[in-house]
Amino acid sequence: MMTIFGIPAQALFGQLLLGLINGAFYAMLSLGLALIFGLLNIINFSHGALYMMGAFVAWLLLTVLGAGYWTALVVAPLLVAVFGMIIERTMLCRLYKLDHLYGLLLTFGLALVIEGVFRQLYGISGMPYAVPKELAGGWNLGFMYLPIYRAWVVMASMVLCLGSWLLIEKTKLGAYLRAATENATLVQAFGINVPVMITLTYGFGVALAAIAGVLAAPIYSVNPLMGSNLIIVVFAVVVIGGMGSILGAIVTGFLLGLVEGLTKVFYPEAASTVIFVVMAIVLLIKPAGLFGKRS
Amino acid sequence: MSSTPTSSGSVSPQKILVLALIVLGLIAPFGIYPIFLMKGLCFALFAAAFNLLLGYVGLLSFGHAMFFGFSAYVTAHGAKEWGLTPELAVLAGVATAVVLGAFTGWLAIRRSGIYFAMVTLAFSQMMYFVAVQAPFTHGEDGIQGVPRGHLFGLIDLNSTLNMYYFVFALFVGALLIIHRIIHSPFGQVLKAIRDNEPRAISLGYEVERYKLLAFTLSAGLAGLAGSVKALVFQLASLADVHWHASGEVVLMTLLGGVGTVFGPTVGAFLVVAIQNYFSEVGSWVTIIQGVIFVFCVLLFRSGMVGVLTPWLKRRGIRG
Repeated sequence: MMTIFGIPAQALFGQLLLGLINGAFYAMLSLGLALIFGLLNIINFSHGALYMMGAFVAWLLLTVLGAGYWTALVVAPLLVAVFGMIIERTMLCRLYKLDHLYGLLLTFGLALVIEGVFRQLYGISGMPYAVPKELAGGWNLGFMYLPIYRAWVVMASMVLCLGSWLLIEKTKLGAYLRAATENATLVQAFGINVPVMITLTYGFGVALAAIAGVLAAPIYSVNPLMGSNLIIVVFAVVVIGGMGSILGAIVTGFLLGLVEGLTKVFYPEAASTVIFVVMAIVLLIKPAGLFGKRS
Repeated sequence: MSSTPTSSGSVSPQKILVLALIVLGLIAPFGIYPIFLMKGLCFALFAAAFNLLLGYVGLLSFGHAMFFGFSAYVTAHGAKEWGLTPELAVLAGVATAVVLGAFTGWLAIRRSGIYFAMVTLAFSQMMYFVAVQAPFTHGEDGIQGVPRGHLFGLIDLNSTLNMYYFVFALFVGALLIIHRIIHSPFGQVLKAIRDNEPRAISLGYEVERYKLLAFTLSAGLAGLAGSVKALVFQLASLADVHWHASGEVVLMTLLGGVGTVFGPTVGAFLVVAIQNYFSEVGSWVTIIQGVIFVFCVLLFRSGMVGVLTPWLKRRGIRG
């Protein structure tokens, strides 16, 4: 059996794959957080709860309506995005003139409500969600066994992240968005409807979280607490990357997933804390974050 | 100033209010379930410590549960495994919170605003994972059956009334300390930092030192609350280090009134009452707390005390 640094290759690559998958979720969630923060100047604490909602909507579509995975992958993010946009229009929009901390507190409250409602309805034991049959099974790569669904999650997340990045950096719509992030008043003076753009941006960020939720459903069990456990790690990822750049959020997400995976191989006791340790070190060396600008 | 000058001999309405509250606190255990009162006092102290940071320095910490919970663990471990007397166990807990606060504060104050909130939350989550894995915390079980012991080797704290007066004395003492901090020159500088940090810097204050000291003091007082709670309930558990506890203390302060003296106490008793009332019915506590959060942020940003005080003052002027 092949070994690398005294670790069986099978275990090493297995953990690296797990790390890559976690990284895919970190990347999608921190990308959404960074987008929302850029335009709305709030940290969306309910991001984890909306991710959980994405997974639950997919599960409900399957169990109640019999709609399969591919339908859910389109419908669930749309539904959750509409829900998010309603929140933005009815509540968040009242806070833009106040201290940014109020946005954090409001979305924290909303996260508690959403999580509490799902816990009340479905308990805290997870609901299984089967891997779609097109993606079942796996490939034997010789040095490791690669389940097809996991490869699909990593691919899908990379495509989504890259697509979002291209949309923001290379299209006219993205140019408006970047301009509004720099100076919303001026962009509005040029005749662009900034409030609508804010709502759509929030919807887009939320949709990304919900897609991540649907992708996660067959890997982790669908359960009301899945979001809150993840979101705090994503916050640390965001602090490490700094929210200045979209690409930075994506790269940091994947990198930290890998770091976590490697830690699981070499020093498993620290696997759950390693990201926070990295955060402490980054705060010491580069307080603005790896890709952040000092404000 | 057009108000009537108060000579040194006269008693201000605020002093009367404070004295009335102390008397109320002294006779309360004869009318109300003492365990509920002690729980309320512990959380009121926790919220007051948190408010010292949010209300007077403008720093929103989303990780105060780490001080509260870890002090509870150390006090419980000290009292149970090392056989410390209650006052020493509490001191050990507070010392832990101070050290932890100084270290995490030193890192966290490098960022401000929402980043500060996220950094403190992340460190608190890290300490939660440490608590899950470390052997001395006994994981999911927590440290149970913590002996209350004899205060100074003399007063038996197993008597509920003795325990209550011990908690009450610590609460009043801690609030006096906080009052003293806020009204000291140091406290004035803190408020200057809250209101206009660049200006405080340009006036030559080393803002980071002030922030760090305030953070450490707040952590130590939050630790005191956690230590006392561990003795009252004879239990230290993961729930005390969980981010839910950090969220609850934010809620108490917000509901009672950020930056007011009595606000956190009012908020703490309200939240504890809600917890007791709805504890039987599943996740309703979480839902209700979330709704109150949303309500407070949207419509009630000055909190109970923040709304009541101007109203009372207006009535006072008319009457």
